[in-house]
Amino acid sequence: MKPSTERFQTLRLDGVSRRFGGQDALVGLDVTIAAGEFIALLGPSGCGKSTALNCVAGLLPLTGGTIWQDDTRIDTLPPERRGFGMVFQNYALFPHMSVRANVAFGLQMRKLPKEEQRRRTEEAIRLVDLEGHADKLPGHLSGGQQQRVAIARAVVLEPSLVLMDEPLSNLDAKLRLGMRTEIRRLHQSLGLTTVYVTHDQEEALSLADRLVVLRDGRVQQIGTPEELHAHPASWHVADFMGYRNMVRLRAGEAGAGREVLVQGHGLRLTGTAVGKIGQGAEVIAALRPDDVEVLGVESTPAGPTDNGVGAEVEVVEYQGREFAVEVLTDDGLRLHVRTERRLVPGDAIRLRVDPSRLLVFPTDDSAATEDAAVSDRARRATVG
Amino acid sequence: MTTLTERRSDSAPSPQRPSLRHRLAERGVDRQLWLLLPAAVFVLVLFLYPFFYGLQLSFQPTKGGPLADYQRFFSDAYQRNTIWLTLRLALPAALLNVAASVPIAYRMRGRFRGKRTLTTLLVVPITLGTVLTAQGLLNYLGPTGWLNRTLMGLGIVDDPVRLTNNYWGVFFSLVITGFPFAFLLVLSYLSGIDPTLERAATSLGADWKARFRRITLPLLLPGLATTFCLTFVLAFSVFPSAVLVGDPTGETYVISLAAYRAAYEQVDYPYASAIAMVMGLVELVVVAVVLFGRSRCYTGSTGGKG
Repeated sequence: MKPSTERFQTLRLDGVSRRFGGQDALVGLDVTIAAGEFIALLGPSGCGKSTALNCVAGLLPLTGGTIWQDDTRIDTLPPERRGFGMVFQNYALFPHMSVRANVAFGLQMRKLPKEEQRRRTEEAIRLVDLEGHADKLPGHLSGGQQQRVAIARAVVLEPSLVLMDEPLSNLDAKLRLGMRTEIRRLHQSLGLTTVYVTHDQEEALSLADRLVVLRDGRVQQIGTPEELHAHPASWHVADFMGYRNMVRLRAGEAGAGREVLVQGHGLRLTGTAVGKIGQGAEVIAALRPDDVEVLGVESTPAGPTDNGVGAEVEVVEYQGREFAVEVLTDDGLRLHVRTERRLVPGDAIRLRVDPSRLLVFPTDDSAATEDAAVSDRARRATVG
Repeated sequence: MTTLTERRSDSAPSPQRPSLRHRLAERGVDRQLWLLLPAAVFVLVLFLYPFFYGLQLSFQPTKGGPLADYQRFFSDAYQRNTIWLTLRLALPAALLNVAASVPIAYRMRGRFRGKRTLTTLLVVPITLGTVLTAQGLLNYLGPTGWLNRTLMGLGIVDDPVRLTNNYWGVFFSLVITGFPFAFLLVLSYLSGIDPTLERAATSLGADWKARFRRITLPLLLPGLATTFCLTFVLAFSVFPSAVLVGDPTGETYVISLAAYRAAYEQVDYPYASAIAMVMGLVELVVVAVVLFGRSRCYTGSTGGKG
């Protein structure tokens, strides 16, 4: 399909906000989307990501802020005049229309010539490999096929922007992987600007050019997958990016550069400070399971520079090339590590951490009640 | 899952052949079916028995052959005409009830403030009963009712407009009592349609007219057909209002009135039964035609919770 002529250069969300009753669902979302970009809105349920999508689609009026398509303000336009394609979580296929009629619907609404409607419909159906199913009703298709119809129906209009609302969450794990590749392939071949909502960090990281991490309606961080993966801006983002080990510790003296000493729970480790950390302040140390080096117990501590801790293996899960291992440190702290080493429960091991991979975040004590996640981890740590 | 484990335990004596109870259960026959018994008895005693009793009675006229009473009904123009008079009332009333319910229910399908109050107001006439409605109609639309007094007071008409004790009186009564029923049914059919379908249509560039015509209406049509049938059958058996606000000897001499007179004024039960059978047949024909049309609509899932 050729690119549509009415494409924009940038779509700019300027302080987009939405309140429901007295409840803030989305607060001051600022993001500029370049043409052809794949943006993922990522966050736990209730973080405002679907609200943001519906605001862009025009299905929800804004309670604050503006949306600009180049120099045109579009947040006041009704949804049917924005020309954005949308893929819904439950597909929302018209159950009484054949696959072909579903795909052709948008073209008919645009009152395009019959011949062009027919040609583009067939093209879109071929694009998603559903030629053999064009005359079936959606109810006779599998979940994955229905999802492909939904995608064909949205992209047949060559929209300037495609909005996808958790399109893969109703599919089983295997199909989800396949469709993920499919979506990425479609995006690469058609160059469609896409805003994609998901709560699955893996999906977001693998699909998107840039991620917007939301929490409680507020943006936590905007960045490329690499940036977010390696340099999360807060412990909330880290939590979402697979930093499975989160420990509440106390900061000691600062070292060279951004290095900082943290201790507690029998640990005494050097990490990298993210944000301002005062000496003696309470901090959250975050560590990814695959950033922990697992050594045999025979490697005795090499003095204070060792940056490690002794532990005992508790649970071993086989995961193909690697093992996911839950260990208990000498001080009763439970940690998750990944290793290729074949371990059995009860093994004594030694863990070592690269200071650059141990991220030290300030706690957000201003909102102590929202700390459920961490205090939960901390509690489990102390109980263990 | 459970069937698998059950099969294993049930078929322990003969592994080749599952037990009878299990085979029946696979076809949906089990002990819970006994719960249907009261309903079955109810239908048998209160519907099927009277129906077949009436049917055989209608073939045993007081004089003449088995079909004599049917011949009598159809050869008498005054009696035969009741079919037409009743259809003339019931068809437009049912059609209007369904047609009026659609836009109102369509506007009310979402959630909004005061929805419950509005629904209650629209449904209240169901609780009134025909007699109270008739009284209201006589007071309001009668020759000395408020409407005519207002119209004459404003000088719009010189003589009272006759809206009661004729066709229109009965028609209004049928609309007032039939509408809430149709409205409730249509509303529930509408809320059974997944609201994201309309949002999807919106995102594809459909305005509300196109959304209604292409998405909502086709999905609602089977429900409308069912609603029409039910309201039509209710209206076709109109009786009290035909007497109270109609013209029971003239233009609202409906078929149920004819059956009533045969039974209780002429005391000719076989003839009354024959008329009742004709009445049932006419209803059946109309319902069959509508349901045939319905079977040509899409009647599958509409994605909603309904």
